[in-house]
Amino acid sequence: MQTTLPDAHGHFGPYGGMFVPETLMAPLRELTDEYEKARADAAFQEELRLLLRDFAGRPTPLYFAERLTQHWGGAKIYLKREDLLHTGAHKINNALGQILLARRMGKKRVIAETGAGQHGVATATAAARFGCECVVYMGAVDMARQALNVARMKFLGAEVVPVTAGAATLKEAINEAMRDWVTNVRSTYYILGSALGSHPYPMMVRDFHRVIGVEARAQMLERAGRLPDYLVACVGGGSNAIGLFHPFLEDADVKMIGVEAGGEGVTTGLKHAARFQGGRLGVLQGTKTFLLADADGQILLTHSISAGLDYAAVGPEHAFLRDQGRIAFDYATDDEALAAFHELAALEGIIPALETAHAVAHARKLAPKLGKEEIILVNLSGRGDKDVQQVAESPADTGKLKAQSSKL
Amino acid sequence: MTLSAPATSANRIDAAFARLRAAGRCGFMAYLAAGDPDLERTAGLVLALERAGVDFVELGVPFSDPLADGIVNQLAAARALRAGATLPGVLACVRALRQQTQVPLVLYTYMNPVYAYGFERFERDAAGAGVDGLLLLDLPPDEAARNAELRRDHADNGAMKMIRLIAPTTPPARLRDIAAAGEGFLYYVSREGVTGERQELSASLAAQVAAIRAVSALPVAVGFGISTPEQAAAVARSADAVVVGSAIVRQIGEHGADPDLPGVIERFVRPLVDAIH
Repeated sequence: MQTTLPDAHGHFGPYGGMFVPETLMAPLRELTDEYEKARADAAFQEELRLLLRDFAGRPTPLYFAERLTQHWGGAKIYLKREDLLHTGAHKINNALGQILLARRMGKKRVIAETGAGQHGVATATAAARFGCECVVYMGAVDMARQALNVARMKFLGAEVVPVTAGAATLKEAINEAMRDWVTNVRSTYYILGSALGSHPYPMMVRDFHRVIGVEARAQMLERAGRLPDYLVACVGGGSNAIGLFHPFLEDADVKMIGVEAGGEGVTTGLKHAARFQGGRLGVLQGTKTFLLADADGQILLTHSISAGLDYAAVGPEHAFLRDQGRIAFDYATDDEALAAFHELAALEGIIPALETAHAVAHARKLAPKLGKEEIILVNLSGRGDKDVQQVAESPADTGKLKAQSSKL
Repeated sequence: MTLSAPATSANRIDAAFARLRAAGRCGFMAYLAAGDPDLERTAGLVLALERAGVDFVELGVPFSDPLADGIVNQLAAARALRAGATLPGVLACVRALRQQTQVPLVLYTYMNPVYAYGFERFERDAAGAGVDGLLLLDLPPDEAARNAELRRDHADNGAMKMIRLIAPTTPPARLRDIAAAGEGFLYYVSREGVTGERQELSASLAAQVAAIRAVSALPVAVGFGISTPEQAAAVARSADAVVVGSAIVRQIGEHGADPDLPGVIERFVRPLVDAIH
């Protein structure tokens, strides 16, 4: 039952929907119709499968993190290595799916928003591969902290437009991308990068990322002869998480944990991006969901060390599955994410994205509480090259780094 | 053209359109961001608009993420929020204004401030304060009908009109559905895009207004991008009301510190109104 949602109007129970200006209603319906046709079209699916295999590098490995497992002293830790994909994160799964749709719809110009820059890079890559014009909207604050990805997008031929409004992060970049789309809707395809926004995006983005969970489920059965006890993934909008979780929804024994950005901490007065810690029901950027807003409905400024999780709303399907008790949510603070970042690098030789480090941080807390026969599967959604400079410069980090290296 | 509302209607929007029709005139609808430069001065600005001959006033309730608005209205909303404007504050402003003017007032905003206030409570309080119409940029009729908490109590229908938008991208079948459920007037978004001044009007404007008239007897207001007397006059040839927003909001932004701000705005708006009357 949970796997048949959303309904025809994009509702996941009370969440989701199409809360957009009238100008976008017909284009979104047209997109929904075209997506439904593509989903049922074997030729489309085969073209996407081959692109994912030969261009993006699927399937990604399932890796048993032996040293982390020993060090944490509890459950076995498996990592789904989306960080090994072309462009360095899961985002390419969706960008390739949507650019095939854009081509099918005859749109030669694509636009995208980006937070950490991973979706921007994936979109710019897909646009270069298919010869489309590409414009990426990015908050000015994010451009400064993810400079490597800005440079990559430019090399790939995309125009990166800085957005200076508000907190100048992901939310403002989405506003600006939607303003571009509403203006150029006849010629332009909007490649939205998370399981967010108006229908059909939450459904479509989820479907393009389901390959993560489909592969992981088969790999787990092959390697361990059974399903994992826990799935853990970071949740900004929630695309990598829903991609991993969705194919396991009917596996009642598999517990799922989404990890939000706890920023400075989630008590009153501290800035964070943990929507399920003090958030409320509301409507933002096309969808009804949980979000961080004040009593007057104004959206609050968020903070996270990771640009990709620094967003005021969560994907509507996550809000629904939380209500159903199917996904539990927790958060990791900036400091916890940094500690996990270093531990994974030092023990396994894998530098994760700061977003991903939030999932690792949760596994680090959970693993010692579990028995050695239990299994945690962490979605290693992206690699951390883009974050190297920010981590090196992080004032919170220097002390941690020393404490950590002496402990190991 | 026939109008659906009787001349005796209690709603100020219906009554104003009936009067305009009797006089054979096009109406002028002015938009301003409530709370810019602050809520205290908003009432004075509304009265200045009325002195300039404006027939309807749209009051923007500021929202932090106005994604259908161009930069001029975004900056105005940000100024209003910094100055402390809230939805209850705007309603209090309207209540006070009703002691001084009966100009039809339409609130223009986004879902989330109304959602936080509570949709039902908002309808009751806004109508009670003297608001005549509500335009929610990101609430298409599809969602209004499909979310229990957004459904309207039609027994009370008429106190405040739910204004529906029609865009150049709205296909014919959808246009018929929206028009059939429309109240007060239909708001035609003159081109694809966000609010803001534009050099040229859409060439197909008259034809698209005619397409709306073919399926609805409701008055048609045309907005988005109209900023000069020439453009207003051109739109007035086909529309029942012309909406000018960003051009006025820009003036308020530039003259916010002027002690005679209402005078400045009255003098700016008068030629725009005269161009269509």
